[in-house]
Amino acid sequence: MSIRERLSGNEAAATAMKQINPDVVAAFPITPSTEIPQYFSNFVANGTVDTEFVAVESEHSAMSACIGAEAAGARAMTATSANGLSLMWEMIYIASSLRLPIVLSLVNRAVSGPLNIHCDHSDAMGVRDAGWIMLFSENNQEAYDNTLMAHRIAEHENVRLPLMICQDGFITSHSIENIELVEDDKVKEFVGQYHPEHYLLNEKEPIAVGPLDVQSYLFEHKAQQAEAMKNAKEVILEVAKDFEKMTGRSYGFFEAYQLDDAEVAVVCMNSTAGTTKFVVDELRKQGIKAGLLKLRVFRPFPVEEIANALSHLKAIAIFDKADSLNAAGGALFEDVTSSLYVCNKQVPAVNYVYGIGGRDTKADDIKKVYEELFQIAKSGKIENPFRYFGLRKEAQE
Amino acid sequence: MEVSTFIYPYTAWTDSFIHTAFECAAATLSGAEAAYQSMKKQGKIDNTTKFIAFGGDGGTYDIGIQSLSGAMERGHDMVYVCYDNGAYMNTGIQRSSATPKFADTTTSPAGTKIPGKMQSRKDLTKIMVGHHLPYVAQTIGYMNFKDLYEKSEKAIYTEGPTFLNVLAPCPRGWGYPTDMLMQINKLAVDTCYWPLYEVIDGKYKINYKPAKKLPIEEFLRPQKRFKHMFKPGNEWMIEAFQKEVDARWQELLDLEEITNRAE
Amino acid sequence: MTNINANTPMEKMTPGGDIYQAGNAKEFKTGDWRSIKPIFLSEKCKQCGLCFPVCPDDAIPVNKDFKREDFNYDYCKGCGVCAKTCPFGAIEMKEEG
Repeated sequence: MSIRERLSGNEAAATAMKQINPDVVAAFPITPSTEIPQYFSNFVANGTVDTEFVAVESEHSAMSACIGAEAAGARAMTATSANGLSLMWEMIYIASSLRLPIVLSLVNRAVSGPLNIHCDHSDAMGVRDAGWIMLFSENNQEAYDNTLMAHRIAEHENVRLPLMICQDGFITSHSIENIELVEDDKVKEFVGQYHPEHYLLNEKEPIAVGPLDVQSYLFEHKAQQAEAMKNAKEVILEVAKDFEKMTGRSYGFFEAYQLDDAEVAVVCMNSTAGTTKFVVDELRKQGIKAGLLKLRVFRPFPVEEIANALSHLKAIAIFDKADSLNAAGGALFEDVTSSLYVCNKQVPAVNYVYGIGGRDTKADDIKKVYEELFQIAKSGKIENPFRYFGLRKEAQE
Repeated sequence: MEVSTFIYPYTAWTDSFIHTAFECAAATLSGAEAAYQSMKKQGKIDNTTKFIAFGGDGGTYDIGIQSLSGAMERGHDMVYVCYDNGAYMNTGIQRSSATPKFADTTTSPAGTKIPGKMQSRKDLTKIMVGHHLPYVAQTIGYMNFKDLYEKSEKAIYTEGPTFLNVLAPCPRGWGYPTDMLMQINKLAVDTCYWPLYEVIDGKYKINYKPAKKLPIEEFLRPQKRFKHMFKPGNEWMIEAFQKEVDARWQELLDLEEITNRAE
Repeated sequence: MTNINANTPMEKMTPGGDIYQAGNAKEFKTGDWRSIKPIFLSEKCKQCGLCFPVCPDDAIPVNKDFKREDFNYDYCKGCGVCAKTCPFGAIEMKEEG
């Protein structure tokens, strides 16, 4: 029987890490993910885990140490947020290029500046092309479940890529919710042991990692990474299937919520999906056919699956909790619309940038988005595809 | 270092080797060492492995000092070896904090208004001594390399974090004929520009005290990077350089005396 | 490993650029970079042991009796450090023919 608990998102992530019992954790404190290494160092101090905890002097060193540990043959994990991830940025690319399945818990927060410690997705969006698998989590349960599935995906021989599990800073990281935990022995069995084929500490086969890769080779090595990212799609679904067998909880690339018969829908990630579900339920009660596509797997991006899931709609709104500042829409908007385009599906789509720096995401705002979607569905016209909600602006004539 | 030893698909290293980025050799190795400790404790491996990090003066004195300081403070069982050639040589001789005062580099050129680098060389060996490590040493390829071999052995087999600072002349960056390497090394030691010493558990030991300390000109003259110091009117530069070498040497003698004084 | 070259397709290359044959750079001979060549004059050599530690390329082999042997020209780049170090004139630098 599973264990019923009440945990915050950070506790959920730390509990999953405890059950995984990695060989090395290297982390540096940063709000709002600080609690993860805090809880974890308690597990280390009390001998609950076998992990060597490396209390590094920066996030750059946290990721460097994870790379060193993982290449040495160990399972290495870390956690960070916002500027912490920014400081890791150089090493984030190196981790994926060396094909090291490091697992990182990213508690999303606005990247400075100006300084703001609250949630948006600018940290995650800054590394979206870095070759990491990126899973997003609506709530504490999903943050926990995604963490349990992480190593099976990342370490798979056809994948060998690092993976980050995202959850919303404060909104889920610091909110206590009911959660169902899997028993320790079941987690141990599910996650399994890590047996890399080649590793630095194998005295029978010394290896060299991280060469100077000249013009004749880098292109092919990058294409191998791209191939591994494509392979990850199948593995993610396989692992989810096994996870469902163990827990009864089902996961795919995304959750289609009231989507099949919907006329209009919102696409979003993380905790906003919870608020959106509330709005969808309200609208459904009034007989309004509103739907939601909550994306879980942002990297690899499930192009065809998303295009197919959205193709029947009359209008869609894509929510970006990070502004790309490019006069062309947010990252998720670009990916969704490009998926539709390459799959030859024509659906009117608008982008809403919202929730920047922890701005409240209100049900009323989302309700208004649905109203606007129905207007678009009716007129077939989009005045301005790049919109905001929750932003103060002078009233326009 | 990987640029000269590890060009795909060839590695010169007969042991396991990892390169990640220029400034984080110490942090990367601290992760590998932590993996070793953890896996050994859990019985996942049973071999004995030693950990050695290499960095240049740019990657050690400058951009990597945070990573180095952190790894040393955390007490990983590893040796950090700095090859100090006194500038960013790989990118084309830019000044570093290890570049000696007045040296002509591509970012501290000897111009008509500013005669080379105007700041003194950072004393990294002493900074590492300040970390209270069990073993810190400064060495060079001197004569038959005995000093370098012995210090390497001590550094590797002393438990805990240890540090070696090795002066590594660069013919191109310093402007001396390539085959003069060993003569330049000897002059660095005999002028007391680069004293050979070690600090064991806080106690200083100077390994070589020249019977006749040579004037600093002997070290400076064969090197093109100091050529401007020998122009008429620039005698003050040589004097200033000598004064600094003398002061640092005296400080070292004093430290040896103080740290070995009977309780 | 060393059958990987500039014509190798991506499927045949090692992931991440890892190399599983430690020390395989031995297969990469660098001696042809040399423009001047050291000549070992064994009759003048006193086996003092000052030359081989200074060689940056480990191109002066030392046998089991700790005696130096003739140069390994596969790797010697002709820097001349050994010749300048020898106190007995037992190493002569000559232009490559």
